[in-house]
Amino acid sequence: MDLSYSDEQTMLRDSAERFVEANCGAENLRKMRNTEEGFSRNYWKQMAELGWLALPFTEEQGGLGGTAVDTMVLMEAFGKGLVLEPYLTTVVMGGAALRAGGSDAQIEELVPALVEGELMFTVAYAEPQARFDLFDVATTARRDGTGWVIDGSKAVVLHGDSADKIIVSARTSGDRRDATGISLFIVDAGAPGLERRPYPTVDGSRAAEIMLGSVRVDADALLGREGEGLPVLERVADEAITALCAEAVGAMKVLLDTTVEYTKTREQFGQPIAKFQVLRHRMADMMMEYEQAKSMALVAALKLDSEDPVERRKAVSGAKVQIGKSGRFVGQQAVQLHGGMGMTDELSVGHYFKRLTMIDILFGNVDHHLKQFSAAA
Amino acid sequence: MDLSFSPEETAFRDEVRAWVADALPADIKAAMERGEKVKKDDLRRWHKILHEKGWIAPAWPKEYGGTGWTATQRYIFANEMALAGAPDLPAFGLKMVGPVIYTYGSEEQKREYLPGILNGDVWWCQGYSEPGSGSDLASLKTKAVSDGDEYVVNGSKIWTTGAHEADWIFCLVRTDDTGKKQEGISFLLIDMKTPGIEVSPIIIINGDHTVNQVFFNDVRVPKRNLIGKENEGWTYAKFLLVNERNGIAQIGAKKHTMARIRKLAASTQLNGHRLADDPGYQRRLAETEVALMALEYSELRFLSGQKTDHAPGTEANMMKVAATQLQQSMSELFIEIAGYYSYPFDGFRDTEGSNEPPVVPEDAGGAMHQFLYGRASTIYGGSNEIQRDVIAKVLLSL
Repeated sequence: MDLSYSDEQTMLRDSAERFVEANCGAENLRKMRNTEEGFSRNYWKQMAELGWLALPFTEEQGGLGGTAVDTMVLMEAFGKGLVLEPYLTTVVMGGAALRAGGSDAQIEELVPALVEGELMFTVAYAEPQARFDLFDVATTARRDGTGWVIDGSKAVVLHGDSADKIIVSARTSGDRRDATGISLFIVDAGAPGLERRPYPTVDGSRAAEIMLGSVRVDADALLGREGEGLPVLERVADEAITALCAEAVGAMKVLLDTTVEYTKTREQFGQPIAKFQVLRHRMADMMMEYEQAKSMALVAALKLDSEDPVERRKAVSGAKVQIGKSGRFVGQQAVQLHGGMGMTDELSVGHYFKRLTMIDILFGNVDHHLKQFSAAA
Repeated sequence: MDLSFSPEETAFRDEVRAWVADALPADIKAAMERGEKVKKDDLRRWHKILHEKGWIAPAWPKEYGGTGWTATQRYIFANEMALAGAPDLPAFGLKMVGPVIYTYGSEEQKREYLPGILNGDVWWCQGYSEPGSGSDLASLKTKAVSDGDEYVVNGSKIWTTGAHEADWIFCLVRTDDTGKKQEGISFLLIDMKTPGIEVSPIIIINGDHTVNQVFFNDVRVPKRNLIGKENEGWTYAKFLLVNERNGIAQIGAKKHTMARIRKLAASTQLNGHRLADDPGYQRRLAETEVALMALEYSELRFLSGQKTDHAPGTEANMMKVAATQLQQSMSELFIEIAGYYSYPFDGFRDTEGSNEPPVVPEDAGGAMHQFLYGRASTIYGGSNEIQRDVIAKVLLSL
């Protein structure tokens, strides 16, 4: 057994941390959240030039053949700097959908543009009634000539306002909550009948509600096989969860370090508050939560490609549970130990806390993944 | 011993319930149901309705405009108000400086300040914390130097809720720094329009502007604005802090939130059923309800002690810790039920002139906004760490 980074992974980590340190963080977030897209196209271009957008694709696909651990290394660095660029939606989610469901022709057409930073993706999987169930799909697609016509609405589509291609889950047969009969379609954001209602999110990112009113797509828009979209969606969710867990670990590390530093300098009752035992124990607990979260994020990354579906399910859902709980504790205590300052928009602490709170919700919270874990075991 | 309300108390509850159902303006009630922040003008409108009825200051002695109700009646009243969806009125005048003025102020001060607090024309804010003095409040440094019949005030206060909307501020200032830090503090009332006061907004993590930093630069304050005696302000400050923590349990408001949580759970789907029918959720809801019950009966038990003239004291510290923890776990439950609809930034609900309908469904409205704001409750009014120190020291004699 060897759980240490390879030389390439160490280099990737160092270069990502340098980039994040130089360009990102809470100050950048406060500036970018008031812009139309909520992130920097310039940074996106730099990420493409650094090869990061190519990371998870095979060499034949024009990528670097990176593993889930490589993505973890990158996402952990992103978490340290509250990176706003749509890496999760385009590379992790869009990439997973294309790799798991895309035809050779689709991959040949779309992956090079994605890797170059020319095309942004997102996956519109959630619906207002569906909560965290990927299979709860009321949106429909019916055949029309050689193509399809899609009707329905999608909720809280991450970066749904800036994505060029939106991968939409729609029901081509069966009832709303059937596991089969779901198909995926690659829809142009500008397709007639597709309406977007964009909004900022609590953590300074952006999302959109997407309404599809008789949106026509050609036959080649179908991603994967008709009616067999759910396994692809599940793959997308698991890769996204694994990446989010790594991001959360990065965010927790920053909060732990910032809190320790703050309590050493903040004085009350004539001494640094770090001298108070109750706060020392709290920070010791924060550190233990962080370490356990880091272990579980690693387990998820290492078992993401496991042949055994039960093993994969337990690793990914287990990691999401741990990250949800640890993220909550570390985030909330970081705010508490910073006192009033932790409540301000000005300090970075609140932004990391909000991101961690949101990561718990994305792709299913602790309760949801406890059920998934328990059902798999 | 009798747990139930007497016939008189039940009749009183019915009277209050009937009145508030009729008197609370529908638009304010609706805003509360949607989880929105109630604006100053609307709060003032509600304040004046209560004032007209004579119910604006239940805890004040009758001679100063109070109701003469018993502690149980006051509890019933507060509970009914919150259950009906009435907004909380700012505590700074009615629950903080008002009682300080009628307890320690001069006759002239009572005449000058109490009417404006009661009728809602004058809004107050609280100048306690400073950038260097949070938990260690007594270390405060804002200085008031005597100059003829005036004080000259220099320094800064922070986390001042509503300073940007307030007419007056009550301030703890240092008038002596030679002895023990608690012994050189005075309690001063300052008109916010006085030259040299600058209010600088602090935006908090939910995007709201509720708190501020207030700067005092050679602010001249007449000495007749001093409450009680110079250098004895710490006594009045502590009196006020106990008052602040009294009623912090906010049982009625919590019941109102529970009702919203139940409503959201009933309209939310989980595994093709109502989330309300999920055993996992039911267990969490039940745990929360038990905690709320324990808090409610603790408050009632302490209230019952007060009726027999046992002064409220350190129980307030326990109530503060228990109540704020429960409030936070309730708001966490709320955002979890809201699921993905916790994610959109929901601050627009409060943006005037916005005609965009909110993205977040009405049942989940304000859940995340209040969750984020609620993180402050274990910090303000003496952090929960400090409360536990007091409990250990005073109640356990450790």
